[in-house]
Amino acid sequence: MTAETKTIFSSLDYPLLSGILLICGLGLITLYSASGEDVDLLIKHSWRLAFAFAAMYIVSLMPISVLSRLSVLVYSAGIVLLVLVLIVGVGKGAQRWINLGILQFQPSEIMKISVPMITVWILTKYPLMPRKITFFLAVLAIAVPCVLVGLQPDLGTALLIAASGAIVFFLSGISWKAILGLLAAGTALAPLIWNLVLYDYQKERILTLFDPWSDPLGTSYHAMQSMIAIGSGGLRGKGWLSGTQSQLEFIPERSTDFIFSVMGEEFGLGGFILLMVIYLMLVVRGAWIGILAEDTYSKLLAGCLSFTFFTYVFVNIGMVSGMLPVVGIPLPLISYGGTSIATLMVGFGILMSISRNIKPQ
Amino acid sequence: MAVSRGYEIDKYVLEQRFMLVLMLIVLLSFLLFVRIAYLQIVQHDRFEQMSRKNHVDSVPLAPVRGLIVDRNNQILAHNVRVFNLEVLPDKVPDLEKSLRELSHLVELTPEDLEALKKMLESRPSFERQTLMANLTDEQATVFAVNQHRFPGIELKVGLQRDYPFGALTAHIVGYVGRISHDDRKLVNQGGEYDGISHIGKIGLESEYEKILKGSPGHSQVEMNAHGQIVRQIKQDLPSSGQTLHLSLDLMLQKESMDALEGHEGAVVAIEPKTGQVLALASAPTYDPNLFVNGISQAQYSELNTSKLKPLFNRSIYGQYAPGSTIKAFISLVGLEHGFSHERTVLCPGWFSVPNNERRYRCWARSGHGLVDGHSSIEQSCDVYFYDLAFRLGIERLQKGLARFGFGKKTGIDLPSERSGLLPNKQWKQKAHHQPWFPGDTVNSGVGQGYMLMTPVQLASITAVLANRGMAVTPRLLQMTENPVTRQQESTPLAAQENIDLQQVEFYDQVIESMRRVVHGVRGTASSLKTGIRYEMAGKTGTAQVVGIKPDETYDEENTPKELRDHSLFIGFAPLDDPQIAIAVVVEHGGSGGKVAAPIARRLIDYYLLERLKIDVPDHDARPVQET
Repeated sequence: MTAETKTIFSSLDYPLLSGILLICGLGLITLYSASGEDVDLLIKHSWRLAFAFAAMYIVSLMPISVLSRLSVLVYSAGIVLLVLVLIVGVGKGAQRWINLGILQFQPSEIMKISVPMITVWILTKYPLMPRKITFFLAVLAIAVPCVLVGLQPDLGTALLIAASGAIVFFLSGISWKAILGLLAAGTALAPLIWNLVLYDYQKERILTLFDPWSDPLGTSYHAMQSMIAIGSGGLRGKGWLSGTQSQLEFIPERSTDFIFSVMGEEFGLGGFILLMVIYLMLVVRGAWIGILAEDTYSKLLAGCLSFTFFTYVFVNIGMVSGMLPVVGIPLPLISYGGTSIATLMVGFGILMSISRNIKPQ
Repeated sequence: MAVSRGYEIDKYVLEQRFMLVLMLIVLLSFLLFVRIAYLQIVQHDRFEQMSRKNHVDSVPLAPVRGLIVDRNNQILAHNVRVFNLEVLPDKVPDLEKSLRELSHLVELTPEDLEALKKMLESRPSFERQTLMANLTDEQATVFAVNQHRFPGIELKVGLQRDYPFGALTAHIVGYVGRISHDDRKLVNQGGEYDGISHIGKIGLESEYEKILKGSPGHSQVEMNAHGQIVRQIKQDLPSSGQTLHLSLDLMLQKESMDALEGHEGAVVAIEPKTGQVLALASAPTYDPNLFVNGISQAQYSELNTSKLKPLFNRSIYGQYAPGSTIKAFISLVGLEHGFSHERTVLCPGWFSVPNNERRYRCWARSGHGLVDGHSSIEQSCDVYFYDLAFRLGIERLQKGLARFGFGKKTGIDLPSERSGLLPNKQWKQKAHHQPWFPGDTVNSGVGQGYMLMTPVQLASITAVLANRGMAVTPRLLQMTENPVTRQQESTPLAAQENIDLQQVEFYDQVIESMRRVVHGVRGTASSLKTGIRYEMAGKTGTAQVVGIKPDETYDEENTPKELRDHSLFIGFAPLDDPQIAIAVVVEHGGSGGKVAAPIARRLIDYYLLERLKIDVPDHDARPVQET
């Protein structure tokens, strides 16, 4: 590497970057198989990856103070778009997409980044251990987008956004008493949410978890076929392009939300371990950046972004392996789909920006 | 950003919480690992199996049913290509509507429609059903064009059993019918009926079901989630059923059915040396093709309730009093017990047992005068046989007749043959709770009373005479042939048994008597000898349907048809080298000599002269054999 290129790309965090590249490579290989060897789809995905990498690079160049100020703007714009999507949005069943002519995207994705940022921003206005005023502001900042996304209805994303907010709260040192109080409130509200908020299909998905074989051709079909795929993969997997569940289209949504089933079937337990190790590398590196960062805002944001990233991984794999209800959450950096990858890469861009500001010790 | 006042505290709090979250992450990752390992290691076999079941399907390949051909390779049963409509009820969104639209398209009557609905309701909806079989070309074309309107209903090309000679061979070949849902469970326990929709129900189709059926093959295919076949994994081909080569001569069969035209009756013709059945006719008959795809209720009840009983195979199920045809055999029993052919009996026109008023009348009211063994058979004198039977007694009579096969199934290769009835004292006590009267013995002497024979039994015992004592089992199947390898396998010769009499000449004596029945001056069938070009032996029989009281006379003209006598004839020819033994029964035909005998002559003529083309000059002009 020449000195010049070193300067141009000095904003990049190489440990993070290599992890991301590994995962994306693994993703492309899996996607080729999952899509039924569809080269066009692969090219399309590659373009989106390129676009996302560019976004990551640009964000990594920005100082963290600029990003912090931008986040307020992005958050506000996001709220407006979420309201818009409820009015003019498109999508099958749920209104999640907004059509900007050249590209469609889900405004809820913006919130996955801007909600943690705005929460961190509110909570770090004063030294940590949140006071009442910041506490309520932060809760409001999380609740509004959650409700809007939930109305689409996209319960999975709403919960993930709430989770990212909750992570910020937890990291910011909220007292155990408050945590217990929140948990108690949540438990108390659960029956109300079950009866008033959840749609029947969502209830069924949750019930399916307890009895996956109840209705093999109906509600539990997705979960069941996915479990068959993973289970039949065994230790070593059936081999690339050789998964019968994948290739013969038994796995639903196998290029997007259920792409892990394809990996499980074709690469087996070995594939899962490899994937998890790289994912954990990314999470730990992100957390490490947070620990090394020199201001509270950066620390909190880095931790939140890294841990939220893990939440996505956990929820997706938990869902396709029949441990969690089926909610439409993609597998980070691997599932086919533009907005999700762009959001994640912007998140990594922010982490890199924080990492750039760390003075070498 | 400047280091804030609370930064150190913040750093402490944050790092503590970071550690907590990282620990949680390790825990959750481990949880995921446990879950995936559980699926991939602990439950692997189960999921592996489920995944296989998901995508590998075994499609049965139906074998081609064996052909049935006559002795000259005329096809009696084969399989023709037909268009069928098949439905998978599960895949039809609105069955009611589809059926309604279909009925307009292919012209179904409302009754057909009702029957279809009933059929579909009675069967599981995930099973493929035949909706309509044997579509006309026009119906098939119309449907093919409109296929898109009928999801779940498909036009399939299939093979359907067809009987080109239909009614002519119905009572021999029988027919196949659809395997009902309940039967399928029974017959298909080992999968030997996979993909096979029909099974032999009656006749040879049923008798030789195992040979005809063949064995199904299977094609293992890979299916995708949409039920489409992606590729074939492996395939074992079905093996076709064997071709049955029958001894039946279709032309003689046709001649027999023609001869029976307008009558109810049966003809059985056997090659005496081998027992091969040349013709087995039962009239009236029916079209077996009606049964292949399920006969309509109306058609079936018409056949089933018809007074003429077309479904009833008289040749093996029909049981008739043998009448005078039995006399030749009673003669043989008499000869065995020392009542020689030279012995004479005076026939005054009636017979009575000592100390009994009752008169048993001879058919010749004025009597035959003095008759011996020959003339008693030639003229069918009843008194001679009343006397002989009475002298023999029922024990000796029954045992003697049993040797020839009376009262015993012949063992012909057709299902459900009847055994006729050869009565004795024990039987009467059991069946009628009455002792055996001397009069019963007297009646047995002329084949009346309780005695019953099927036409195939009559033919079979006639063959014993023709063979001068060798009994053969009548058989339709000559050999089987593998349609692929052309390998032929003759059916093992049926068990033969020699019925040895004290003197071989006894047979010759009785056969000579039977020759005179046809060729003698006073023979009861002497009308047959006009223009005959070979020598034959025969015996007429007239079996009473209602008893005639001693003071009544039987007036055929004025008796209603269903009360008229059955007309019987047995015979074989040529005399010196018998090629055919025949039994003819015509229900309510009247006297044997008038109705049954001419039919026999016609058939023997046809077989010997037209089919075998044996060169026999008029027997009067027979040249002395050169040695």
